[in-house]
Amino acid sequence: MRLGLVLSEVGQGLRRNLSMVVSVVLVTFISLTFVGAAMLLQMQITEMKSYWFDRAQVAVYLCTEFATIGGCEQQAATPEQIAQVEAQLQSATLAPFIDTYYFETQEEAYANFQDQFAGTAAAELVSPEFLPPAFWVDLVDVDQSQILVDALGGLAGVESIEDERAYLDGVFDVLNASSITAVGIAALMLVAAVLLIATTIRLSAFSRRRELGIMRLVGASNRFIQTPFILEGVVAALIGSALAGVAIIAIVEFFVQGYLTQALPLTSLVGLDEALLVAPVLLIAGALLAAVSANVAITRYLRV
Amino acid sequence: MIRFEEVTKVYRGTARPALNGVSLEILSGEFVFLVGASGSGKSTFLRLVLKEEKPTSGSIHVLGQDLGAISSRKVPYFRRNLGVVFQDFRLLPNKTVFANVAFTLQVIGKSKGFIHEAVPDALRTVGLEGKEGRFPHELSGGEQQRVAIARALVNKPAIMLADEPTGNLDPATSAGIMTLLERINANGTTVIMATHDAGIVDRLQRRVIEVIGGRIVRDERGGGYQTQANPVLSQAGAASPRLSATGEAR
Repeated sequence: MRLGLVLSEVGQGLRRNLSMVVSVVLVTFISLTFVGAAMLLQMQITEMKSYWFDRAQVAVYLCTEFATIGGCEQQAATPEQIAQVEAQLQSATLAPFIDTYYFETQEEAYANFQDQFAGTAAAELVSPEFLPPAFWVDLVDVDQSQILVDALGGLAGVESIEDERAYLDGVFDVLNASSITAVGIAALMLVAAVLLIATTIRLSAFSRRRELGIMRLVGASNRFIQTPFILEGVVAALIGSALAGVAIIAIVEFFVQGYLTQALPLTSLVGLDEALLVAPVLLIAGALLAAVSANVAITRYLRV
Repeated sequence: MIRFEEVTKVYRGTARPALNGVSLEILSGEFVFLVGASGSGKSTFLRLVLKEEKPTSGSIHVLGQDLGAISSRKVPYFRRNLGVVFQDFRLLPNKTVFANVAFTLQVIGKSKGFIHEAVPDALRTVGLEGKEGRFPHELSGGEQQRVAIARALVNKPAIMLADEPTGNLDPATSAGIMTLLERINANGTTVIMATHDAGIVDRLQRRVIEVIGGRIVRDERGGGYQTQANPVLSQAGAASPRLSATGEAR
């Protein structure tokens, strides 16, 4: 009986305020889509980090006859010097930190370079003697590249030691910035959504102030009076967040999986699994948001 | 039943109190007229009994409860013991007569079975059987007020508050409403009615409490709208309202 009455009140309120309800639906839809996009971007960043950082190597570049930096003085690293560096890598102090390593000669470096930059002007300009031979090291823990710098930096014949992650950081900075932008837009839109929900509920309460007055007069409990209004806000917001969830799943399905995987074949991208994780979070967030703001909005009408 | 002790109510932003040091007691089963000019404090009195307002000072007991001690969460449950009727009826225009009366019981969570027994009963009491399906705009003013009384009555309240219930009605219709209120009072409900209608007050000869400028100037059993029995009393009352407040008329 009471549940039926509450639900019919909710239906009445939604119908009476249709245009406001539609705007609440749209604003929650858009704001939560941004929230979802930000969450997906963060997941993408985490995924890429774990993918690339696992593969990131530390390069120990050795001297060429053109090199002037490090311990080089325009002399190519001698076989003895190379052997000494390799001995260091195998030594008891460094070995525990190193997973694997391999040596790349100038000719191999040249071949790789030609592969990577095929068809560009750089590929025609460069010749093997410009490219340094190098040890490529896979570390057990990718955060410990400083150990190699400390151990090998001063050795004769070593030009420089570079952690590939330094290049990746730039990429992640860009991704992070776009994720923060999405969060910022989402936050602004959420503020708008909260205010709009509160206004809608006030309007709804105002259009039903006769009923509210009589309810208070005859002793309807506060909870009974406020529940229909809170449900009204929650229903509108739930529709919006459901749309946002569908939008997020559609973006992943058609844009990320349908287009980006072909455009970026080597990158592992977020998939439906992640989208299906984000969608319920959006639903809960939308419902909570509406419940809290509707509750605050209606409290004014309950003062006795 | 209702006891006011030195109750003063000053509305925010006004210097003059709406009620000023009012003490009185209304007993169970009494029929009390509250008379006085507009703005004299009659409505404030009723609002205080309903706990729609808090007194600035003094204490109010209604039905054995100290209103100052009732938390705002409990106020709705307290109000279920009171029935209220207004000059402007305050019916819901989009609900039928039956639904208007049933609404009261629905919102306090009564069962469907109870509603289908109590509502026709209340409508019979006010003489509206056969008009359950009508909408308020299809009824005369007197009939609308009867619906409002049925709504106030349906939960069997111990106290009925009526704020100028005949203010919008012609004399003949008013007489019908008064007969109804008298019958409700005869069944044991305490009735407190604020009114400007001198004819009604004079005819019924019930307890009359006259309020002027927030003070009780007369409290007379079996009195009329204006004091005829003892004009001195009203002057004495005006000078010292506390004297006239409770015991004197008894």
